[in-house]
Amino acid sequence: MEVNLKERDNEVKDKIIIDERPEVSLWKDAFRRLLKNKMAVLGGIIILVLLTLAIFAPYIAPYHYAEGSLLDNYAKPGAKYLLGADFMGRDLLSRIIYGTRISLSVGIVGALTAFIIGMFYGVVSGYYGGKVDDIMMRFVDIMYGFPTLLLIILLMVLFKSTFAIATPGTFVGYLNVVDRAFGGLFFIFIGIGVTAWLEMARIARGMALSLREKEFVEAARATGNFNLQIILKHVLPNLIGPCIVRVTLAIPGYITFEAFLSFIGLGVNPPTPSWGMMISEGYKAIRSYPHLAIYPGLALAISMMAFNFLGDGLRDALDPRMK
Amino acid sequence: MVNYIIRRILWAIPVLLVISLITFSLGHAIPGGPFDREKTLPQEIIANLEAYYGLDDPLWKQYTDYLWNALHGDLGPSYSSRSRTVNDIISEHFPVSAQLGVLAMMIAMVVGIPLGMVSALKQNSYIDYFCMFFALLGVSVPAMTLGPVLVWFFALKLNILPVARWGTWQQAILPAFTLGIGSAALLARLTRASMLQVIREDYIRTARSKGVSEKNVTIHHALKNALIPVVTVIGPLFAALVTGSLIVEQIFAIPGCGKYFITSVTNRDYPVILGIMLLYAVLIIVANLLVDLTYAWIDPRIKYT
Repeated sequence: MEVNLKERDNEVKDKIIIDERPEVSLWKDAFRRLLKNKMAVLGGIIILVLLTLAIFAPYIAPYHYAEGSLLDNYAKPGAKYLLGADFMGRDLLSRIIYGTRISLSVGIVGALTAFIIGMFYGVVSGYYGGKVDDIMMRFVDIMYGFPTLLLIILLMVLFKSTFAIATPGTFVGYLNVVDRAFGGLFFIFIGIGVTAWLEMARIARGMALSLREKEFVEAARATGNFNLQIILKHVLPNLIGPCIVRVTLAIPGYITFEAFLSFIGLGVNPPTPSWGMMISEGYKAIRSYPHLAIYPGLALAISMMAFNFLGDGLRDALDPRMK
Repeated sequence: MVNYIIRRILWAIPVLLVISLITFSLGHAIPGGPFDREKTLPQEIIANLEAYYGLDDPLWKQYTDYLWNALHGDLGPSYSSRSRTVNDIISEHFPVSAQLGVLAMMIAMVVGIPLGMVSALKQNSYIDYFCMFFALLGVSVPAMTLGPVLVWFFALKLNILPVARWGTWQQAILPAFTLGIGSAALLARLTRASMLQVIREDYIRTARSKGVSEKNVTIHHALKNALIPVVTVIGPLFAALVTGSLIVEQIFAIPGCGKYFITSVTNRDYPVILGIMLLYAVLIIVANLLVDLTYAWIDPRIKYT
């Protein structure tokens, strides 16, 4: 009886696989599972909306972020200013819309550094193992000992004050020009980049360590592939999935870093509208105008939530065992 | 095992050395000296002050002097508040950060672990969805959003809790909650995941088939094992809460170490910067060491050589 059942089962399976399901790659399959996850889809949609807001901010926002009239300072939410105006009479909604640019770009740059530097660092360390691994990971250990926030604060003060007195025309002066063009963001990118790649390096290293013992890697080596070829063609594709998940889940962290730096006045230069800076400006007037601190805070929370939703969904989609 | 611990502790020494060296160099690379801020002092006085604090020595000597004193437990003087040493400052401000961290940790454990357990036991029920939605919310709402909202609602609208500052237990509620809620959510998710894994194990089925009551199975067989990964994150989580409390300290005007660090950086108060940085680095390193040790202690299958 049991044997029969099994045979029938196999027949059915064969049928399904051969007749109805053509070729489904891992990625297509994962994407299909992702689309079934409502929270992940919601997160994805919110991220798309935020991206649209960031890219088309000048067309969507009713006012320019720096444009304000002191006559309207602390104006109540209403027809003229949907969410009210801040202490300089600038439209809060417009500033929040422009603020998506800051938060998203910090999130994306943080994710890219983590991904590019961290993953390659980790893969090289794990794949070669031995002495190389020892030295490379010792460096990561040291960086891990730093209290991240304190290190970034120190770096930001260093950047800001070194570059403030830079002579134009030199390399440092040039960096300062770049930073000013970014509204103070450039140094934040560097500050976050310094620490963003560490976690990824550890994760990628762990996976590369176990992947290099696998038969298919050995087979690739036996057929005469170079190390670089093996890393690119056989090791990386096998660990890129979990790395994408980690990076997506780390993005909210990068976004809060920027918001916090701007909150304590070490982030973007005014009048660049960062949500963190808007919260700190609004918080000073929280007794009378609580909405000035709460709305940018909500924007911050919603964008972080969106990345968490998407990251959770990606994890479930790429690794169904975790569910 | 003992070898492993000794090796780990010895390895902490070069890590701390490098961290102190990097912090020292970064601090001194910041333009401007500690005595620039005050009303312009005459050159001679600045020179005297610098000589008094050894700031006219070559940098390497300043660094080695600092290390030598630090090894003897003296973290040096503070340049901006002259009457106090760094030791005084740390012993005054660190307990505040530590208290805040402990309170937040307690909130995280008391809220997070039961939430995760209930979620796992009622998997895929509405209770589970509700708890996990709450956890996802908690992970995603940063202190900068939550702090002002809580202050507005509880302190200004309902007028039942103070807005800021530190000292009474009422003043501790909002900041501890703001700091702890993210970790509570984290612990809830971790507990749930680990509990779900454990209740599918064979020994749970064995216990059930022996006729152990469901309550007993949950408490004695499942929970004990499910808490292993949870216990191991508590150390690093505590370190992260203490070192990360500066956001909350800033929002609620709490005189903790983090807030003082920010002031010291702007004042170029090198010894204070270094002192706090090293203290927090030690905290992180110890916490990470503890994780590995608790793993070995709780799970005898893990052997370190």
